[in-house]
Amino acid sequence: MLEISNLVCRYGKVEAIKGISLSIKKGQLVALIGANGAGKSTTLRSISGVLSPTSGRIMFEGQDIARCSAREILMRGIAHCPEGRRIFPDMTVEENLDMGAYLRSDIEGMNADKDRIFTQFPRLAERRRQVAGTMSGGEQQMLAIGRAIMSRPKLVMFDEPSLGLAPNIVEQVFEIIDGIRQAGTTVLMVEQNAYSALDLCDHAYLMEAGSIVLSGKGSELIDNDHIRQAYLGG
Amino acid sequence: MRRLLPLLAVLAFASIPLWLKDPYLLNACVTTGIFIIAAMSLNLLLGYTGQLSLGHVAFFGIGAYVSALTSLGFDIELFGGIRVVHEPWPVWIGFVLAVIIAGICGYLVGKLSFRVRGAYFVIVTISFAEVVRLVALNWVELTQGPLALTSIPPFTLGLPGLGYLDLYGKAANFYLVLAIGVVCYVIISRLTRSRVGRAMVALKENESLAVSVGIDVTRYLILAAVTSAAIAGAAGSLYAHYLRIIDPDVFMFLYTVTMVIMVITGGKGTLAGPIVGGLIFGFIPVVARSFASPESQWILYGALMILIVFVLPQGIVPAIERWFGVVDENEGRAKLEPAK
Repeated sequence: MLEISNLVCRYGKVEAIKGISLSIKKGQLVALIGANGAGKSTTLRSISGVLSPTSGRIMFEGQDIARCSAREILMRGIAHCPEGRRIFPDMTVEENLDMGAYLRSDIEGMNADKDRIFTQFPRLAERRRQVAGTMSGGEQQMLAIGRAIMSRPKLVMFDEPSLGLAPNIVEQVFEIIDGIRQAGTTVLMVEQNAYSALDLCDHAYLMEAGSIVLSGKGSELIDNDHIRQAYLGG
Repeated sequence: MRRLLPLLAVLAFASIPLWLKDPYLLNACVTTGIFIIAAMSLNLLLGYTGQLSLGHVAFFGIGAYVSALTSLGFDIELFGGIRVVHEPWPVWIGFVLAVIIAGICGYLVGKLSFRVRGAYFVIVTISFAEVVRLVALNWVELTQGPLALTSIPPFTLGLPGLGYLDLYGKAANFYLVLAIGVVCYVIISRLTRSRVGRAMVALKENESLAVSVGIDVTRYLILAAVTSAAIAGAAGSLYAHYLRIIDPDVFMFLYTVTMVIMVITGGKGTLAGPIVGGLIFGFIPVVARSFASPESQWILYGALMILIVFVLPQGIVPAIERWFGVVDENEGRAKLEPAK
């Protein structure tokens, strides 16, 4: 579904991604793990078109999207849930979801999807008309996930979905992401929480200093010595 | 009630010339009205997209000069001896051209500076206003420089079969300003409550997220800049044909500051904000004049401004909305109506 080959990304003179290649098959949940500054977020940002890569190819369903705008890429079916402040704080929960469907024009389909998200996340339904910025971190993250799937993507990318959340909420967020995959959407996830990510994913890539140094099935990587020592605490 | 309020306000404004006969006060109403239109245009950029244009008076002045020159005609020689002669055209064409040319200037400034935005946009707009002011001051052949353009014809109202009616009087000009103001209000309100307005608010709140939900940020910023500049140009045109004399002082930085004050005290990002702020700061000099010396008038002006900014940092309109609970369940927000 997604094939990246020799992708290079520079911020000025700094090479943040040094020619990586990876592939995602339809229906998979793929995790990209690694330390801070390894280039994981940059990879997602260049796939979604927020950042334009210096060189390399990003093939999505057989077409090169490396030079497309963020808007075109979203229209082709890749949604991006960026890290950090992931919502529009002064809009209501419902308006945030509407923004996720900004490029859609089928009102009925949108309303159906919104209802589905509200049944899936009862907390959001209760707070439908509340200003999103006044909700807790976990609720905001659920809203961000809901918003990302409002565009009905074929591939959805999550950047650090567990960042800054309480442990029991983290677990809930991972369950939700697993649910999205079960429902047939392909998922690419960047995570620092290596254990949970490896446990959940079908396939994983380990990035270090801008390169992919290891890849394999999640269950295999959990047993890998290098990963155990560097990321799972021995 | 909320829908009725703008209508009641328009009716109240429309009644003013019927009971207010003092020409000085009526004059203050007309000029304040013109500045409110300019402030509404600034609010579109500052309040809805979060971009501060500190050279907004440039679009206002360009509108004034374009409109005046179109209706007065000119005869100039360009480089290489090319002579350009323009015969006077009707005032309404001047108005339309003022809107169009100010809009084009807004496009160019936006195109130039929105690649970088924020502080750079502020700097580009300040420089732009200063450049335009210097051109108006020094291109004497065209603008008469500091000697000013005089005898600018007033707006005329064409009545089919009945001839033309010149809008010389203050009351007539007041209704003209009110009518244009209502049109501008409707345009801005439609724009900000549409998908476009939602995109603008989204990019103000969280730009990187706005990009990732598929909003073409630069395009919407430029759209806001063009609309805003065009409305400021319309206000400038009204100003020129009302005063019937303009000089390069229409580009004074103070005018931009006045617009910014009107928007911020009234409540940026609200439709009524610039109107409320404009009424207050348009009439302070008028009211203060009756009891204070000229020096203390400005002190009063400054003191009131500081007071409002300190006590109501969000602006007057959002504060009033909160007091009266007009904001339904959505605490503290009035800037976005569900776009249905």
